[in-house]
Amino acid sequence: MFRKEYLIALQTIMYKEMRRFLRIWVQTLLPSIITTILYFLIFGTLIGSRIGKMKGYDYIEFIVPGLILMAVISNSYSNVVSSFYSSKFQRNIEAMLVAPMPGWIILLGYLSGGVLRGLIVGVLVTIVALFFTDLHIAHPFMMIVVFLLTGILFSSAGFINAVYAKSFDDISIVPTFVLTPLIYLGGVFYSIETLPPFWQNVSLLNPVLYMIDVFRYSVLGESDIPLQYGFLVIALLVISLLAISLRLLKLGVGIRD
Amino acid sequence: MKALEIKQLEKCYGNGFVALKGIDLDVHEGDFFALLGANGAGKSTAIGIVASLVNKTSGSVRVFGHDLDKEPEAVKRCIGLVPQEFNFNQFENVFDIVVSQAGYYGIARGKALERAEICLKQLDIWDKRAEASRMLSGGMKRRLMIARALVHEPKLLILDEPTAGVDIEMRRSMWAFFKKINAAGTTIILTTHYLEEAESLCRHIAIINKGEVIENTDMKGLLEKSVEEVFVLNLENHVEKVPDIPGCTICVVDETIWQVSVRKDTGVHTLFNELNNLNIKVTGIRNEFNRLEQFFLKLVESKKDEIGV
Repeated sequence: MFRKEYLIALQTIMYKEMRRFLRIWVQTLLPSIITTILYFLIFGTLIGSRIGKMKGYDYIEFIVPGLILMAVISNSYSNVVSSFYSSKFQRNIEAMLVAPMPGWIILLGYLSGGVLRGLIVGVLVTIVALFFTDLHIAHPFMMIVVFLLTGILFSSAGFINAVYAKSFDDISIVPTFVLTPLIYLGGVFYSIETLPPFWQNVSLLNPVLYMIDVFRYSVLGESDIPLQYGFLVIALLVISLLAISLRLLKLGVGIRD
Repeated sequence: MKALEIKQLEKCYGNGFVALKGIDLDVHEGDFFALLGANGAGKSTAIGIVASLVNKTSGSVRVFGHDLDKEPEAVKRCIGLVPQEFNFNQFENVFDIVVSQAGYYGIARGKALERAEICLKQLDIWDKRAEASRMLSGGMKRRLMIARALVHEPKLLILDEPTAGVDIEMRRSMWAFFKKINAAGTTIILTTHYLEEAESLCRHIAIINKGEVIENTDMKGLLEKSVEEVFVLNLENHVEKVPDIPGCTICVVDETIWQVSVRKDTGVHTLFNELNNLNIKVTGIRNEFNRLEQFFLKLVESKKDEIGV
């Protein structure tokens, strides 16, 4: 049952999360924009002009969707992992645990913060992209859906990472050694059709590939993988990670003795 | 009505350490209840379970008739917790911390702003409302924790060492505040290492030792069990030879100040008769506020003897 009190509690957590990342915008919003500008300058303008066409598009046009989604992925993830782990570390998560709200409200509050930051950075990166190339979005509604699903998925992943983290090192290990390779090998800068058949099959094991591919379809109208597979993988991952997150909260893993 | 009813509460941590060995505890509505024990005795674990911060192994907890297992949200609504360690966001400002806490309890923003203002004014930190919490002094941080715990108007306030690290003046003003809210109807459970604090504020007391409740009684009854009382005497003149008075132990503090432990069966009149006979003039006397401390130490010591530690 959704009570009015729950809604107020949820708004409070969302507001707190938003305040947090806006207060430190130089650390949270700016880096992705600077990085993306550099990508556009180097891979798009300088090197891209020598690469030629990729799936019939200018190279800079081809990499735009991947770069936008890369920003959404990394920002959603890092917002939740750092915010929730800091709450654990400073023990102010206890202020929520003693309050009469269920675990799913706490989860929803943190995920909202992650998704919101992902969306804001995604929009900012899209605006930056407009300075480098003409962007004609083929399927705007689908673009928003993928934006949201990716934000939820990686916010949940960040939450799970934060639950198990015991030190600040633990919250940087996964982004550095797992997330970054998956993103870079997930087709941001190339189409998997350019790979030999064996590596094409290996790439299909990378979940980020499906998100970038579906997102690229929503922007350019072109994809490597059939859309239904892409959405199926995203939906399954979102459901699985949400279920795991809720279970961890219910059991109090990492937050209750 | 019972504000808190704990039955056969057990807690065994993952590493096998048994923090609570099936304790029973009742706290009545309106009471000011002291929960004492040495470090690691199990006080904070018991409080953590009641406040839903620690998962219990077995047993039951009821708060104002609500079962923690069946109605956790009703239990949480009744409780305000002031934990031992500062656990607010160091980067948030004072006002936001208290308003957010009200929001977690489902209090609408307009009402939350009003209540936060009242609580901060009551605790005398309204002037600091716009400051980042990390900038506050230790005493102010403690008061912020109390304001935050009171913002949803709990019926049961749990204070886990609320005056630790606070200067004497502020401690006294906090005592006065606790007495005031207790008189207004809030049930209070206090854990403290300042036994003088428990003796001054609380009407009932339980002592936990190694996960067991070894004493649970009213403060008056407990103090009556104490076999001796300690007085500090100011003498008119320096006395060369300390007299040997049966039933009394004299400890020289200064040239003209003695600390005298008097056995209850001896009585203070015997002490004064003897001093009078010896022509030792006393210009002042005060009761040393450590009766509870002595009793506590003896009780814990006797338990150690029982188990052969």
